[in-house]
Amino acid sequence: MATSPPTLLLADLEPGSDARVEAVEADTPIGRRLLDLGFVPGTPVRVLRRAPLGDPVEYELRGYRLCLRRSEALRIRVQRSDGGEPPQ
Amino acid sequence: MSAGVLPLRLGLVGSPNSGKTTLFNALTGLRARVGNYPGVTVEWREGAVAFGGRRAVVIDLPGIYSLEALSPDEEVVERVLAGEFAPRPDALVVVADACSLERSLLVLAQVLRRAFPTCLVLTMTDELRARGGELDLPRLERALGIPVCGVIGHRGIGLDALRRLLAEPERWPRPPLLPPESAPDRSEWAASILAHVVRRRPGASRTTDAIDRVVLHPVAGTLLFAAVMVTFFQLIFAWAQPAMNAIDAGVGRTAVLARSALPAGLFADFVADGLVAGVGAVVTFLPQIVLLFALLYLLEDVGYMARAAFVIDRVMGRIGLEGRAFVSLLSSYACAVPGIMATRTIASPHNRLATILVAPLMTCSARLPIYALLIGAFVPRQQVLGPLGLQGLVLLALYVTGAVAALCVAAALKRTLLRGEGLPFYMELPPYRVPPLRLLASQVWGSASAFLRRAGTIILAVSVVLWALLTFPRSEAPAGASPAEASRHALERSFAGRIGHALEPAIAPLGFDWKIGVGLVASLAAREVIVSTLAQIYAASDEGTGLRDAIRADVDPRTGRRVFTPATVASLLVFFVFALQCMSTLAVMRRETNSWRWPAFAFSYLLALAWCASFVAWHAVAAWTGGA
Repeated sequence: MATSPPTLLLADLEPGSDARVEAVEADTPIGRRLLDLGFVPGTPVRVLRRAPLGDPVEYELRGYRLCLRRSEALRIRVQRSDGGEPPQ
Repeated sequence: MSAGVLPLRLGLVGSPNSGKTTLFNALTGLRARVGNYPGVTVEWREGAVAFGGRRAVVIDLPGIYSLEALSPDEEVVERVLAGEFAPRPDALVVVADACSLERSLLVLAQVLRRAFPTCLVLTMTDELRARGGELDLPRLERALGIPVCGVIGHRGIGLDALRRLLAEPERWPRPPLLPPESAPDRSEWAASILAHVVRRRPGASRTTDAIDRVVLHPVAGTLLFAAVMVTFFQLIFAWAQPAMNAIDAGVGRTAVLARSALPAGLFADFVADGLVAGVGAVVTFLPQIVLLFALLYLLEDVGYMARAAFVIDRVMGRIGLEGRAFVSLLSSYACAVPGIMATRTIASPHNRLATILVAPLMTCSARLPIYALLIGAFVPRQQVLGPLGLQGLVLLALYVTGAVAALCVAAALKRTLLRGEGLPFYMELPPYRVPPLRLLASQVWGSASAFLRRAGTIILAVSVVLWALLTFPRSEAPAGASPAEASRHALERSFAGRIGHALEPAIAPLGFDWKIGVGLVASLAAREVIVSTLAQIYAASDEGTGLRDAIRADVDPRTGRRVFTPATVASLLVFFVFALQCMSTLAVMRRETNSWRWPAFAFSYLLALAWCASFVAWHAVAAWTGGA
């Protein structure tokens, strides 16, 4: 993983957080699919809830909801936008 | 090729949950043909229609999130667009949920780059309005440079305008400029279009939010999940039973009727025991299959199935499967046939295949008659732990052994043959919706009729072959033999009897003699058939106490020892836990995987497992009880 200062991953966020996608693991089929699903840099994402057993986690972005397992959410770097400008 | 002669080919493209299937049904009615794309497990559906006198074929392509193919579903779309299975579509209809247009534009951008005549159909425009959203469709049309049409598929609103549009793809405008290729650029392109056309963004669906607060609540959601699954199981297991009994009785009456109508002889035997029984073997599955599909499609279309998978995903993920496999394995307790068909909801092909391959290990209801016979005859009726009897504990142990074996085999398969295919796990949680009844009915009808055509024919053919094995060659019974003895005599000399004898060297290490061998051959028709076959071999007066007493008393003429020792009984029970003694399961595996390779693999590995486990069980019990 990247060594540059505080790297925040989508998987690190608690339910209720708002964030913006900063980067997605590049050049792997999984990374490309995450981009196709809409996890494009700049996209606002809201963490909705964890499954009862802790994984997967439900997210809202681009007007729809989907869940990712932790293994996929680790591939998305984000920046918190809580209390920042409202998403669009 | 003049356009007037060949029907127009229109491909429906869209993400799952976009309302594509509802639109397809609304356009084609019940005239859809369902089949498989060659060489893959993906189903194709197309329907012939006429738009204003012009003949057209509407192709319902699998739901996709991207044109860059990762899954077989997406590969199929790729290959259809390339014209590999049939002539290339003449035009594409991109179907998008009006409430999540932003996401759908990402796929639309990819489609537009393929340079087909393309139009965009926005579904769920009523839901958009209900959630306070508003789109400027004329502006969207201008911004995209292609025709845009809003519909409410299940109510048929907007369909007339759409039909008029679909009749003339030659006249559709083409976008002056193709959208960009890379995902970030596409996202910017989508954002700039949205900025033009969105008057008001739809709010979150309040209904969905409210329902999800309960359905996905850590405690309430888990309890609800358990309740739904128990009900589901109960419906498949118990509620189908009266209908199945009625069918059984009907089949019995038909056989008697056939016998009385036909002159006694081989032909009457063939009709009554071969043909009618074979058709019965197929039809008897229908109540379960119709119920299963009705429930599956209802839960899926309402939006609960994705939630159930979300709740249980962690557990299934541990063994390398995914949440949706749970429903399939649960259904397999009733019967592996609906269980295997239920795997259709699993998107990842490796996960689906692993689930299909272990489904026969779940203890299906057809095993109960043989378990009941052997446990009733040989396990003493004694209390062990409070109200628990030894007989019940043995039965429970058989169920648990099957389930544990299924999980272990699935984990092993996912680490070897079906190792990760590099597909990320993602699952959309669509808004809750009330599915139109017509849509449900057509989905259930499509699936049930596909079962009858594709698996039913195989089941019928195998039934007839098994009947022939048990009937030919025919031999005269010795004079003065009772009907039961004559039937036993004929069976021993039939091909099946000879196969039983021929099998003896292979099954002797498990403690089985030729009679059990014949039973095993016959039980390929369905596991419970071993009971009636044993009754025939032992010339028993009935399949209950008569047969029980007969097998208890049976003595091997060569050794003078009992045939059914505790070791043999344990070995036979264990054999039935593992062995895939069921042609219907094999036929459905063939149908669902579109090849004989996987049913052959499942049969072989389960037979090998069964043999080894029975061998161990026989020796363990024989050593424990002091010899065979």
